[in-house]
Amino acid sequence: MNAPASVDGGALLKVQELRKYFPVRGGILNRAVGWVQAVDDVDFDVSPGEVLGIVGESGCGKSTTARLLMHLIRADAGQIVFDGEPVRPDDAAALRALRRRMQMVFQDSYSSLNPRLPIEDTIMFGPKVHGVSAAQARERARELFALVGLDPAQFIRRYPHELSGGQRQRVNIARALALEPRLLILDEAVSALDKSVEAQVLNLLLTLRRELGLTYIFISHDLNVVQYMSDRVLVMYLGKVVEIGPTAEIYDYMQHPYTEALLSAMPSMDPDQRTETPPLTGDPPNPIDPPPGCRFHTRCRFAETVCHHAEPRLEPVAGNDAAAAGDHLVACHMRRAGSGHSGAPG
Amino acid sequence: MAAPATGPILRAEDLTVRFTGRDATVNAVNGVSFTLDPGEVLCILGESGSGKSVTLRALMRLLPARRTQLSGRIELSGQDVMAMKHRALADLRGTEVGIIFQEPMVAFDPVYTIGRQISETIVRHEDVSREEARRRAIDLLDRVRIPSPERRLRAYPHELSGGMRQRAMIALALCCNPSLLLADEPTTALDATVQIQILLLLRELQRELGMAVIFVTHDVGVAVEIADRVAVMYSGRFVETGPVREIMRNPRHPYTQGLLSSTVQGSLRGKALEAIPGSPPDMTKLPAGCAFAPRCRFAEPECKMPPPAIALSPHHMVRCIRAA
Repeated sequence: MNAPASVDGGALLKVQELRKYFPVRGGILNRAVGWVQAVDDVDFDVSPGEVLGIVGESGCGKSTTARLLMHLIRADAGQIVFDGEPVRPDDAAALRALRRRMQMVFQDSYSSLNPRLPIEDTIMFGPKVHGVSAAQARERARELFALVGLDPAQFIRRYPHELSGGQRQRVNIARALALEPRLLILDEAVSALDKSVEAQVLNLLLTLRRELGLTYIFISHDLNVVQYMSDRVLVMYLGKVVEIGPTAEIYDYMQHPYTEALLSAMPSMDPDQRTETPPLTGDPPNPIDPPPGCRFHTRCRFAETVCHHAEPRLEPVAGNDAAAAGDHLVACHMRRAGSGHSGAPG
Repeated sequence: MAAPATGPILRAEDLTVRFTGRDATVNAVNGVSFTLDPGEVLCILGESGSGKSVTLRALMRLLPARRTQLSGRIELSGQDVMAMKHRALADLRGTEVGIIFQEPMVAFDPVYTIGRQISETIVRHEDVSREEARRRAIDLLDRVRIPSPERRLRAYPHELSGGMRQRAMIALALCCNPSLLLADEPTTALDATVQIQILLLLRELQRELGMAVIFVTHDVGVAVEIADRVAVMYSGRFVETGPVREIMRNPRHPYTQGLLSSTVQGSLRGKALEAIPGSPPDMTKLPAGCAFAPRCRFAEPECKMPPPAIALSPHHMVRCIRAA
């Protein structure tokens, strides 16, 4: 039902130097007294048909990134190229067209549905706005209900409060698919669901991806779920990308000390292999005026003088296969030859 | 008054909780019985609406009295909790029993400093001077690894980060050396790297102080990190209880099996997850028999009868006819 992946093998989505600072206002004049550097010079690509996982703790900027991609909030700087075309945030018609091809599913399944509309009307709403007749939109809604595993005859006239959390999230997925998007941004879309229901929705997402040729950006704090879903994983810390690479590379050959800490904080699921020492101490620092140099240096056990002053750039990891293809990138002085860090290679 | 040193610290028998509303009655807890030994960590594992938090609150009679019908027996160190008067209950909470919640802002009053709230709790329950209480508050903050405790004593709850606030709440719960700690999803709202710190801290304090703990969680991974014994809860009943190793390696109730197989692990990549079909039952109209039967792939006609509790060993109980 969608156009096949772009023939040149290029990225479906290209994000360059994306930046968003939120002002922190205070004082009697309500001036900006500080800045939350929510997303700071973030670069990444998403290939057609792949699932890119984004992980990180609260305040790392993963949800802000999603909202910037959808143009729900305006970026301060940077460029977003979708399907080969740069997105111009001033062009309302172009933005409408973009939002048809890129859709989002949020964590809170209840607040993303209109409580006063039967769910069928909510699903018809998008297509109707984009010029589809009511009869066609209704037909389409029935197809979508069947697609996400809800019996149209039973569910279509219900209101959101008459559904369980898992059913509501299915409706949200159906709503997002109503405009036949190519890219779906799933922002903690399964995080509020119980485990038994989460598994149902994850299975559904993988089936839909296969059948419709969809591309996902899958944002979650749950590293097990991200590993299960993603082809590539991007790790964020305080507004910066610290590491990105193929899922197996990230989980088995992680390069950044933060990625390592995050992964070893995962519960072992084995009562005989309990965690004995916490991988990190303290909480993530406040994203208002984050630490200079490498933002992770305040919690990093390998931090040296260079980490306090110089900000590490995202660069290919030396000497492994994925890095040879330029697929595995890390921003850490310890991994870059000649950085001045005593643990650096060469 | 105190129980003999060998007996259980807590005994619950046929605990039942119903919430009555105008239109319907919610059968939140339907006959829960268990005992807890001194120094033992029991995890109640269940999904939302399973009655795990209600069970925990019922033990200390923390549920709103006007809308709650509570029945059964609760015995704490030989004292009958159900028969206690309001004042005796209030003395029990905070001295013999400490409680921590998911959201520390609920436990703290936003307009008083952390130090004042901890030392006031100590003064309220024990006959000590303010100066002595303050000194103990500093010790406690130090014990839960809050850096520069003397300075933090003067902080208001909103001035602390999420993890620090959780630590402060643990300090508040421990301030009168409880022999039982009740913990309601205390790490659920925390980031992964902070969650593991708090779990390890609780484990360490539990060992040092020899407290018994009841820890409520929806997260199998968290239960594995902290539990000696696990009780799996579904629609207001314990459907399986046993030592944590036994539950993880040899789960016998179809719900426990489903819960474990639908808990995503990265190694399952590429395979479809074995999800449990359907959704949990409506707690206002529970079926007479096994509440899991409508979702169970092994269901038989006999499941329409209430399932018996079958002891597979002295420590492993399953409420399913298939286990017999």
